[in-house]
Amino acid sequence: MSTERVKNTLRRIPLHIVVIGMVVLWLIPALGIFVTSFRSREAVRTSGWWTALSTPPTPGQEEYAAACASCHGADGKALTGVDLSDPTVVESFTSSARLIRMLREPIDGQPHVEDPEWQALIQDTQRTREAVEQLAPVSEHLSILSGLGRAVDYSLTASNWIDALVGYKGTETYQADCATGVSQSGKFKCNARDLLNPEGMARAFLNSLLVTIPSTILPILFAAFAAYAFAWLHFPGRMWMFALLVGLQIVPLQMTLVPIAQLYSKLGLSSTYVGIWLFHTGFGLPYAIYLLRNFLGGLPRDLFESIYLDGANHWTAFWKLAVPLSVPAIGSLAIFQFLWVWNDLLVAIILLPTSPVLTYQITNLIDPRGGNWHLLTAAAFLSMIVPMIVFVAFQRYFVRGLLAGAVKG
Amino acid sequence: MVPKIMRQGTLTPWLYLAAAVAIMLVFIVYPTLNTVMLSLRNKTGTQSAAVDCRPGEPCWGTFDNYRYALTDSEMTQALRNNTLWLLFMVPGTVAAGLLFAVVTDRVRYERLAKTIIFLPMAISFVGASIIWKFVYALQSGAGAQIGVLNAALVALGRTPIPWLTSANWMVNNVSLWIVGVWLWAGFCMTILSAALKAVPGEILEAARVDGASEWQVFWRIMFPIILPTITVVITTMVINILKVFDIVFVMTGGLNGTEVIANRMFKFIVTNQGRSMAIAVLLIALTIPIMIINVRRFREQEAIR
Repeated sequence: MSTERVKNTLRRIPLHIVVIGMVVLWLIPALGIFVTSFRSREAVRTSGWWTALSTPPTPGQEEYAAACASCHGADGKALTGVDLSDPTVVESFTSSARLIRMLREPIDGQPHVEDPEWQALIQDTQRTREAVEQLAPVSEHLSILSGLGRAVDYSLTASNWIDALVGYKGTETYQADCATGVSQSGKFKCNARDLLNPEGMARAFLNSLLVTIPSTILPILFAAFAAYAFAWLHFPGRMWMFALLVGLQIVPLQMTLVPIAQLYSKLGLSSTYVGIWLFHTGFGLPYAIYLLRNFLGGLPRDLFESIYLDGANHWTAFWKLAVPLSVPAIGSLAIFQFLWVWNDLLVAIILLPTSPVLTYQITNLIDPRGGNWHLLTAAAFLSMIVPMIVFVAFQRYFVRGLLAGAVKG
Repeated sequence: MVPKIMRQGTLTPWLYLAAAVAIMLVFIVYPTLNTVMLSLRNKTGTQSAAVDCRPGEPCWGTFDNYRYALTDSEMTQALRNNTLWLLFMVPGTVAAGLLFAVVTDRVRYERLAKTIIFLPMAISFVGASIIWKFVYALQSGAGAQIGVLNAALVALGRTPIPWLTSANWMVNNVSLWIVGVWLWAGFCMTILSAALKAVPGEILEAARVDGASEWQVFWRIMFPIILPTITVVITTMVINILKVFDIVFVMTGGLNGTEVIANRMFKFIVTNQGRSMAIAVLLIALTIPIMIINVRRFREQEAIR
């Protein structure tokens, strides 16, 4: 019995490897930006995110310890007269080419560097290029030692998130600039009002909410009425109108953007929230009506008949019967529409360029040279928090809606 | 059918339909027709597209924007890429989704595993593109590689690859497709998994008792039963892929041989409306077959009802 169980467990090992392997494969990309969003700009630029928990050696430290520390001391202060912690001494040697030229000079007839390997490298004029490369970390270390340069900060920090929220794009951090009073040309007030900076993610977050919530409620409201008509009212052309609706579901929205943008500029709806609400409502409707109608149509006939026998009319049947019973379907739809609108980029760029939503704001942060990953990763995560929470919390509804829409039957 | 007692006046249904129908007419039907008209006009929509014809150069008169949409080298590249997207992504996502559905069905932590695979569906294409741009990041010069893939290559003693800007356009496209699979496999998995769970257990048991291997049970019994669902997933994926825009827009901007139809359309939206609209019409023409399939399937279902 027990050997049987062991055998069974062993047989299932490959299965677990496949499942866990796939899950890990799916997680790694997202994990990368999550970890990165907590690292300093310099740390992101110089090392992979997977090294975030190990502190890499500062460049040049080992070389300095091997070749220089015996005379100059670990802190560079051992020799009076040549204090390596003094910026005025080190200033001229922050480039390794100049450092080498100086190291070639003998001191009191003795070679500057004792270590024979280093000495050979430094003195060999044929290998100058190699020497420059090898000594670059040493001069970097000297500048850190003297306070001219700054050691890379590998500690984890929340400053990227703050920078992203207020839209800080400078070279330091928002907090550091505010502390030293160098806030970017008066753009920041260094108080809570900075969260409303139009270039910040906090403001974009608010814009996203302002776009998404009405764009979720409106189509469901209108769709509920229409779906009720398709399910429980009799009118000529009911079938073919509904068939048309099935077709409309897949009209690419690219088809409609330009005419709508032109219409909006005539009506004064360009760059208004009302404009984008109406557009998302229009595009949400076919699917919403389809799903709700199938749900309402599947409710038992007797229910409707009996409420009618009690003297109800369509209006009361709609509010007292149809709406309360279709809460699960409405829930599915709400989540669908919410995620769809929240994640949209194209419609937001074209119809609401002046109040950037999260997706649009992120594309504004993209640096073609890849220099601001620290900011971009925090911003991307800020945009994902809400949909991920909604998704995980209401996954059941989401799946149900997906199944009802895609594989009705 | 609506019960007799519920019969109402002829006006009532239209009151319930009015708002929805009006909005759909304004936001879907009217713009679609308008797009078709604008596709026959010039850059700014002021005159017929034929006015831009020059003697000695090929021209299709009023349909000149369609000459661009169908024959220009940028557009043929986009059409080629969309075709390749279809050929790779449809089997790729469906196969990955089916595999996930089958294997996660057999472990106890199914819910957790499926949630993780499905999670990319919740985030925006923009977010996903940032995630993957970072995976593909390439550090030129001597510094350490910060992208996972290139760091792995360096660790294996190989040279890093510019995954999105390679001179070999296939490399760039494959990189984008991987993102697509990461995004959509969860969708396919969810739908296929529900179909698999609906397969009656007795049939599978009977087959196993008769000595069928798991492999045979899958291919001879489960697969034929879920085949209709697979076709639904395929049609949905075809639509998704024909319309693919955000991934390309954010990750490569359509450069280095990665252009797709929707991105071309977007590029011309301001500078050359006629062309942009002709491309949009081409896009909807490509989706019409799927539309017909969907309507037909709907009719069949209604007949059974």
